[in-house]
Amino acid sequence: MLKQIEGSLAVAEAVALCRPEVICAYPISPQTHIVEGLGKMVKAGKLAPCEFINVESEFAAMSVAIGASAAGARAYTATASQGLLFMAEAVYNAAGLGLPIVMTIANRAIGAPINIWNDHSDALSQRDSGWIQLFAETNQEALDLHIQAFRLAEELSMPVMVCMDGFILTHAYERVDMPTQQQVDAYLPPFDPRQVLDPKEPVSIGAMVGPEAFMEVRYLEHARQLQALERIPQLAVQFKEIFGRASGGLTQTYCADDAETMIVAMGSVLGTIKDTIDEMRAEGHKIGVLGITSYRPFPLAQVREALIHAKRFVVLEKSLAVGMGGILATDVRMALSGAGLHGYTVVAGLGGRAITKKSLHQLFRHAVKDELEPITFLDLDWNVVNKQLERERQNRHSGPIAENILHDLGVVSAKFG
Amino acid sequence: MFQVRIHGRGGQGVVTAAEMLSVAAFAEGRYAQAFPSFGSERMGAPVVAFCRIDDKEIRLREPVMEPDAIIIQDPTLLHQIDVFAGLEQDGYILLNTNRSFDALGLSDYLSDRPPERLCTLPATEIGLKHIGRPIPNVSLLAGFAALSGLIRLESVIEAVTKKLSGKMMEGNIAAATEAYNLIKARMEEVKHA
Repeated sequence: MLKQIEGSLAVAEAVALCRPEVICAYPISPQTHIVEGLGKMVKAGKLAPCEFINVESEFAAMSVAIGASAAGARAYTATASQGLLFMAEAVYNAAGLGLPIVMTIANRAIGAPINIWNDHSDALSQRDSGWIQLFAETNQEALDLHIQAFRLAEELSMPVMVCMDGFILTHAYERVDMPTQQQVDAYLPPFDPRQVLDPKEPVSIGAMVGPEAFMEVRYLEHARQLQALERIPQLAVQFKEIFGRASGGLTQTYCADDAETMIVAMGSVLGTIKDTIDEMRAEGHKIGVLGITSYRPFPLAQVREALIHAKRFVVLEKSLAVGMGGILATDVRMALSGAGLHGYTVVAGLGGRAITKKSLHQLFRHAVKDELEPITFLDLDWNVVNKQLERERQNRHSGPIAENILHDLGVVSAKFG
Repeated sequence: MFQVRIHGRGGQGVVTAAEMLSVAAFAEGRYAQAFPSFGSERMGAPVVAFCRIDDKEIRLREPVMEPDAIIIQDPTLLHQIDVFAGLEQDGYILLNTNRSFDALGLSDYLSDRPPERLCTLPATEIGLKHIGRPIPNVSLLAGFAALSGLIRLESVIEAVTKKLSGKMMEGNIAAATEAYNLIKARMEEVKHA
């Protein structure tokens, strides 16, 4: 059924259709509306049997999800930013134990400086945790990916994060096609756990493993991610058969067939990029896009296939490996080892900096002429940066950076844009 | 694509207004995208929310920087931020005030804009009258429907019934109807002036 609703609520409804049995909740912006929405449904008895557990921290949220999943319950939670960092130890444990928890990440920057706005730093900080990480472009895709996530997680017995851009998607009202309970039930069978804590047949989960077997256990985690590379496209095909729309998969391309310049990105910025590319195509530029839906497992072969016929690629990412450069870009370059393409990294949109069509036009126009630097910080205000660097040269006691810069800008409170 | 930017202060229902506008457009079978400016949400702080309306899927995710219409829920913002920034030359302006553009000293600034696209509305007073609270958002949406013809009053009322209930819903429907009729009559005057 078509609905005009907030992204967070759309995800809450989709998760409810997946019949979760335990939902652990700890509020943090911009994720809060999702668990609030689910909490209301549980309280109203619309979602039963389901236990909604208010926990005291994100660490507790993931720990409770681990316990619930180990006891054979379909478990769900959501978080963002510092919340994800705070639960990091348990995040690794969930993957290491092979527990099929589904978690929404409402992507938000990591402090300091404290910032509630969107970028991909939080999810990418957990890229090696063993979780599958899927990135949504729209609220429709966010909704659809959650349904696929439970199926994938439970089939392979591994946890899945569905990443959606904080505020940009979570707080946006847009049209979504909400599936029926019958459709979701047809796609997602009841949870049949590979391992379960059952007093009638006692087992332990979480043995200490020494050097004699640790590598093997860890390799099997990797092997399951490789299986996911096979399963994700198949599950997208089955999804289309039941729900009637294409959603999910490893990657997606747009205007890619004859493209000499390919832009690579993840998440909601793909929409703005596609609009920009339509305008550049109208002027005769051969430019296209590769969207990465599955960041972990990273689809090396599909990325190589999508880019190999181009002359150059630009990885535009909302993340920064401080002291190195791009994070997504590193993986894309790995996919193109030895291919000899020009590759450029663009770090954009950190901490909610708006990524505008105007800036993308300028950027892509430089790219098609191979006039980009190896790494670009989109719309970085060099005056601000240089002023602070100069201050540090002049004065040993130059003080806190963030406060200095806000003072230079005359900003009294954080604002968007 | 038609882009609307709504300015107001925390507590005036700015974000809700953008959301309801998108629901109203959806009710007419159109695509719409509403989103807030994501600033710190405090009572009284300047708040901005956006709504895009189109006949096809909306992919663009940047803030609305070149709006086709601006709705200003609090006239004191005029002295604080550049609420008109980026407005198209023939764009709509709807301002919540019980005074005229002239009395607010805006006549010169607005003199080269088409008069049939500019309007004031005493939306705070209408809100007080019908819902007992100085919340202008629904009146302004209905006023915008009358000013622009972009959406119908019935669609605004449908959005109100989806978002609110009980006395708040009834009061806001009455407020919307009064605001719509007021601006419709005013626009008739402008047309015949």
